[in-house]
Amino acid sequence: MGVSIEIIGVWVAALMTLAIFSFLYADNPVYKLAEHLFVGISAGYGVVITWHEAVIPLLIDPLFRPENVDLAEPNYLVIIPGLLGLMMFSRFIPRYDWLSRWPIAFVMGLYSGLAIPASVQTYLLPQLHATMLPIWPGVEVDAWTALSNFLLVVGVLCTLAYFYFSREHAGAFGVASKIGIFFLMVAFGASFGNTVMARVSLLIGRVQFLYDDWWLPLVAAPISRWFGG
Amino acid sequence: MRIWGWLLDLDRRWIFLGIALAVVIPIVTKYTLPQGKPAPPTVAVYNYIEALKPGEVVMIAFDYSPSSMPELHPQALAVVRHLLQHKLRVVSVSLNIQGTSLGRDLLSQVGGELGAVDGVDYVHLGFKPGGSQVILGMGESIAQVYPTAADGRPIADLPVMEGVKTYDDVSLLIDFAAGNLPFAWIAFAGERYNQKIAAGITAVMATDLYPYLQSGQLVGLINGLKGAADYEALLGIEPSEAPGMLGMSSQSIAHLLIVVLVIAGNIAYFASGRHRRRGRS
Repeated sequence: MGVSIEIIGVWVAALMTLAIFSFLYADNPVYKLAEHLFVGISAGYGVVITWHEAVIPLLIDPLFRPENVDLAEPNYLVIIPGLLGLMMFSRFIPRYDWLSRWPIAFVMGLYSGLAIPASVQTYLLPQLHATMLPIWPGVEVDAWTALSNFLLVVGVLCTLAYFYFSREHAGAFGVASKIGIFFLMVAFGASFGNTVMARVSLLIGRVQFLYDDWWLPLVAAPISRWFGG
Repeated sequence: MRIWGWLLDLDRRWIFLGIALAVVIPIVTKYTLPQGKPAPPTVAVYNYIEALKPGEVVMIAFDYSPSSMPELHPQALAVVRHLLQHKLRVVSVSLNIQGTSLGRDLLSQVGGELGAVDGVDYVHLGFKPGGSQVILGMGESIAQVYPTAADGRPIADLPVMEGVKTYDDVSLLIDFAAGNLPFAWIAFAGERYNQKIAAGITAVMATDLYPYLQSGQLVGLINGLKGAADYEALLGIEPSEAPGMLGMSSQSIAHLLIVVLVIAGNIAYFASGRHRRRGRS
């Protein structure tokens, strides 16, 4: 079997995975090497990808090679965001670092303008609307749905009560806030369960890679051939 | 009792070893546990796609990086397979810079398996920086945001993009994401342009996104590796050919072990009396 760049890639990925897993036994130099390689390569990879996927097609091509981006003539408007981007690098020159505040201000202003109305329209009003549900069984909803809706409404109100701090949590209000804690605990439990599932999935992905892409074809098969299997 | 103290002082590396064995053994032995009924949010995505007519356009956003591939790639493989089998046109974008190569490879892999033609049945438009501005821009004109596909072909020349000008021409948008981008798609494509949206997400994000399912802002939700396995089951893929289903046996056994450890740990904590000592300190 010839050694291709893909095979080398699989070997490197497998050995790096095992090096990272070695931390589970104890901290060691092999783990440190893999960690530092990961940080360095990730940063380098990010720079290269950004250059090829963002800087070239969005700045250099529209200015100097418009035919590459289906433009009849250069688009000089991209000079403005290009300059704003370059101003970010003024952070490296203390005398002119104030220049970097302009692009930051631009981005903050833009995102605030986008996010504030969107937050109200997306995250507040529709969610409020979604809690205004029929809680009495009848023509609109059956008994099970009504109970589900009732729990949802009680959960929202009691959780809000828990986060209302302008009044002492005593009496009926205290009971509501304690029920709110119960609902919060249920939410945290669901969140924790999903997190466990996600983390185990990542381990499964790595083990599948190690077994199917590395061990079987690149370790077990050559050994088997070596012994005439 | 000594056993409780022993359990509480157990070196955690034994737990790592237990979890490793719970994951490795089913993968090596190809042991499969029976799978439960598919989750309703996953079925909702499947049914929505089934109801679309051949030739309609579905936009896919590959908004994940290699670090979340084990959960999201099996989902995306299953959904793209469903879309192309159903003769829907697939237009993909990426707002995550590392997602663009994953999306391109996935489309060409599934497209090759099903005999779909790049540019006719599907196209990958690639990555654009800007997040919410890109989403908003496509509401006005997709061609203005993406004048060319990822490989430089003008989208005006591609049959797959015929009649696809804005979100009005897109029947469904499915975002596969491991970060906050589903919220941006909901806010800027869903609320502003009434784009129907489904999401394929990592399990960590599920509790954050369920409220949007309940409010109708998402038509469906594919949750983690379990969602991928459910979707593969809905498509009738053989378990031995389905990466999601193959992983679920390990997932279930690891979960059982974690549940047992959590229960044993709590029993040991209370039975050993450590909770009283902690209360006094």
